[in-house]
Amino acid sequence: MNNVYDTIIIGAGMSGLAAGIRLAMFDKKVLILEKHTIAGGLNSFYARKGRKLDVGLHAMTNFAKKGERGKPLTKLLKQLRIPYGELALNEQQGSKIIFPDTELSFSNDLNVFTDDVLEKFPEEKDGFMALLEDIRNFNEVSLDNPYESAKERVARMIGDENLREMIFCPLLIYGSAWEDDMDFSQFVIMFKSIFLEGFSRPEGGVRRVISLLMKKYKALGGEVRFRSGVNEIISENSVIKGVKLENGEVITASKVLSSIGYPETVSNLNEKIELDPKVGKLSFTETILCYNKKPKDFGVEDTIVFYNENQKYHYRRPSTLFDEKSAVVCLPNNFEIDDYEDGMIRLTFMANFDLWNDLSPEEYDLEKEKVLTASKDIVRKLYPQMDEEPNFVDIFTPTTIKKFTSHHGGTVYGSTDKSRDGRTPIKGLYIIGTDQGFLGIVGAMLSGISMANLHCLMEGSN
Amino acid sequence: METTEVRQKVLDIIADIAMDDDVTTIDDSVALRDQLDLDSMDFLDIVMELKKRHKIIVPEADYPKLASMDSCVEYLTPKFVQ
Ligand SMILES: Cc1cc2nc3c(=O)[nH]c(=O)nc-3n(C[C@H](O)[C@H](O)[C@H](O)COP(=O)(O)OP(=O)(O)OC[C@H]3O[C@@H](n4cnc5c(N)ncnc54)[C@H](O)[C@@H]3O)c2cc1C
Repeated sequence: MNNVYDTIIIGAGMSGLAAGIRLAMFDKKVLILEKHTIAGGLNSFYARKGRKLDVGLHAMTNFAKKGERGKPLTKLLKQLRIPYGELALNEQQGSKIIFPDTELSFSNDLNVFTDDVLEKFPEEKDGFMALLEDIRNFNEVSLDNPYESAKERVARMIGDENLREMIFCPLLIYGSAWEDDMDFSQFVIMFKSIFLEGFSRPEGGVRRVISLLMKKYKALGGEVRFRSGVNEIISENSVIKGVKLENGEVITASKVLSSIGYPETVSNLNEKIELDPKVGKLSFTETILCYNKKPKDFGVEDTIVFYNENQKYHYRRPSTLFDEKSAVVCLPNNFEIDDYEDGMIRLTFMANFDLWNDLSPEEYDLEKEKVLTASKDIVRKLYPQMDEEPNFVDIFTPTTIKKFTSHHGGTVYGSTDKSRDGRTPIKGLYIIGTDQGFLGIVGAMLSGISMANLHCLMEGSN
Repeated sequence: METTEVRQKVLDIIADIAMDDDVTTIDDSVALRDQLDLDSMDFLDIVMELKKRHKIIVPEADYPKLASMDSCVEYLTPKFVQ
């Protein structure tokens, strides 16, 4: 009887933990199985040479002030019953989108962005206002919106391609599984989360978020097992029965929520199904540079810079190991409160998993050096006054992401085949997190919550 | 059970759900939704808490009866007695 649960959740990432909290809150017998030794998944943490580093956290999107109603962040805190103050959020100072001829600034106040757009693209005033109106009136979280190309829809409102590319740049690289375009629902989710709501950072980084979630889950009686990779999802006649662990142990449950990705879930099924969700193509390298001095000591105030050297913004898997022509540059010191000892700059490049995966260990180290050189070049171009050499460097690549999260192809935003309502051809098996369609830290948690509500808690879901 | 006790039990639930709201100033005759940050997901939580804490089942058709504090108390008092 010990090995029988109401619900098994595969993966202790943001979505799995959030779903676990909801289920444990309402007395479901729930077990989270995590392959890795710690929680967090794509946004976990690690230490190198005594330095505490976050895997992913540049910023949390979807900033909302305490008590602000109807916002995704306040909604999710309420559902998890975590008081707002516990996240200890610090707002960004201000961010930029930098293209060859133009620069746009934005902050958590939409007016900053609007004013800058209207100043630099005065002829696009009506179009930009129409876009804002369209976004405000769109129900992006409806689970049955059909795919619609965001590029095409936005082009009907905004004529200037340069402005379109600049608007799309942060939204794509912070959340699109599709190359060079995205689903309009996803566009609206990302637009609101970045331009209307904005960036903040929890004091202590992602460790604070994960420890809040873990504490809450355990206090509610939820069980979690680490080093417990699932290698078979067991069903009979297309009805879920449970899972089998890498060590052969079988655990039974009437529902299974999987956060490991749609293709990854399908490849673990014991019963073969017709479906063949595509493995996402987008992966990244991440460079972390630490300095003795802080960026503000050099007069650098930016929080996040979306940097692009090409005339158009190429958001796609590069044909080279990584694409040094564009990057996200994050300065985690530059939030309201700076709790770092070092100065720090993080740079994200788009990268090609297959090419990284084919390298020999020697080549791999050499290529990482090239990523470092390219990263420093960009820092030099953006902030020539920061003439200091980093005192510490760490770089991870698409193969690192694969190794620690088991996402096929080291994909970060998952498959382009999402399961918006979470359903799969196997009854009782649901997709949560990235491949349900909501991603990022806030999105993944919302996904876990809404799928747990819909499939495990609501009337008629039993 | 006294209606004041029922009110307190409902208030306890609401206070746990709307953590960042001030529940001491609720106007019993006004819709909860208009005073607190509660959406349909949160009303579902009220229903689930009633079941978890007090074994009271509220069928979906009766959800509108939970709209205000007054209507909650009126609807739930007989159920608490059972
Ligand atoms: C470099 C980088 C930077 C990022 N920056 C940001 C940012 O600044 N802001 C932001 O909001 N988002 C950011 N993200 C995105 C964000 O981290 C993800 O969207 C989010 O964490 C996804 O959560 P998830 O629960 O859907 O999936 P995951 O985090 O992938 O969770 C899945 C879990 O399942 C486990 N698992 C896999 N296979 C198995 C198995 N067979 N058995 C058991 N367990 C298994 C994995 O180990 C993992 O813990 C970043 C991501 C990366 C990689």
